[in-house]
Amino acid sequence: MSTPSLPLADLVRTVRQTREYHRLTDAIPYTRFMGIGVENLAGEMLCRMKYAPHLIGNSLLPALHGGALSALLESTAVFELLLQTDTERVPKVISSTVDFLRSGKPQDTFSRAFITRQGRRVANVRVEAWQDDRTRPIASSHALFLLSES
Amino acid sequence: MPNLPLPADKAERLAHLSVMYGEAVPHNHALGLRLVDVGATDATVVMPYADVLVGNPETGVVAGGAVTTLIDATCGTAVLARMNAFTLIATLDLRIDYLRPARPGLELTAHAECYKVTRLIAFVRALVHQGDPALPVASSQGTFMRVED
Repeated sequence: MSTPSLPLADLVRTVRQTREYHRLTDAIPYTRFMGIGVENLAGEMLCRMKYAPHLIGNSLLPALHGGALSALLESTAVFELLLQTDTERVPKVISSTVDFLRSGKPQDTFSRAFITRQGRRVANVRVEAWQDDRTRPIASSHALFLLSES
Repeated sequence: MPNLPLPADKAERLAHLSVMYGEAVPHNHALGLRLVDVGATDATVVMPYADVLVGNPETGVVAGGAVTTLIDATCGTAVLARMNAFTLIATLDLRIDYLRPARPGLELTAHAECYKVTRLIAFVRALVHQGDPALPVASSQGTFMRVED
């Protein structure tokens, strides 16, 4: 396992300033494996999961694995909390519900998170993922995250 | 996909459904998922610990997304077992409660039971543990749909 050059909390603080998002996603083995990155497009922070054959769940259709889409949605929520708020800890997911709306084609998938409510201990986050047409999402989720246990 | 009935023999059922954990489902295969047991309405799948699955490099804890993939795959197999057919299904929704952090270095085992099917819809619940089912890491509830040709 590769160790990040900076402790994660320091890396997060740095990346919030520099917006070199790849430094954070590169430090997390799973996001690297999934090809999930953070991008700033026209002032909006989005995530992108780059298409790769190992993300396929059904080779006949072909379609992306529901688990891969869920991973993108969850990562998007975590990066939104880490980079757009001043939370000091890596948020821990409490629960999540994913709706699978359309089958994911073998191409890049984009996602955007919205923090519905941020309390001191718990945050509620909604995420949508789409491919060609943002108004036709392929998956959406809402999840609860624990921000602080004190 | 043809609507093939599953064999009654347990070992043959396991062999048939294990196809879903090979090259036919690349993402299951990439995560090293292994179908270890299948009954009339349930399935058990193991995900070995691997460095690429780590979501927090400081703790070595597996990412929630990988656990979700394990649950989705196991639930889908339980649905096929209950429908007693190798048919095309799609996940409609999946809710997961993360009950305790997964311990790094240990494999995760998911057990899913499809407790109700209608003509089109299947209802499934699942638990994930690391050796002791009394100490689950996650619990889940999902619905699936039979995709008609």
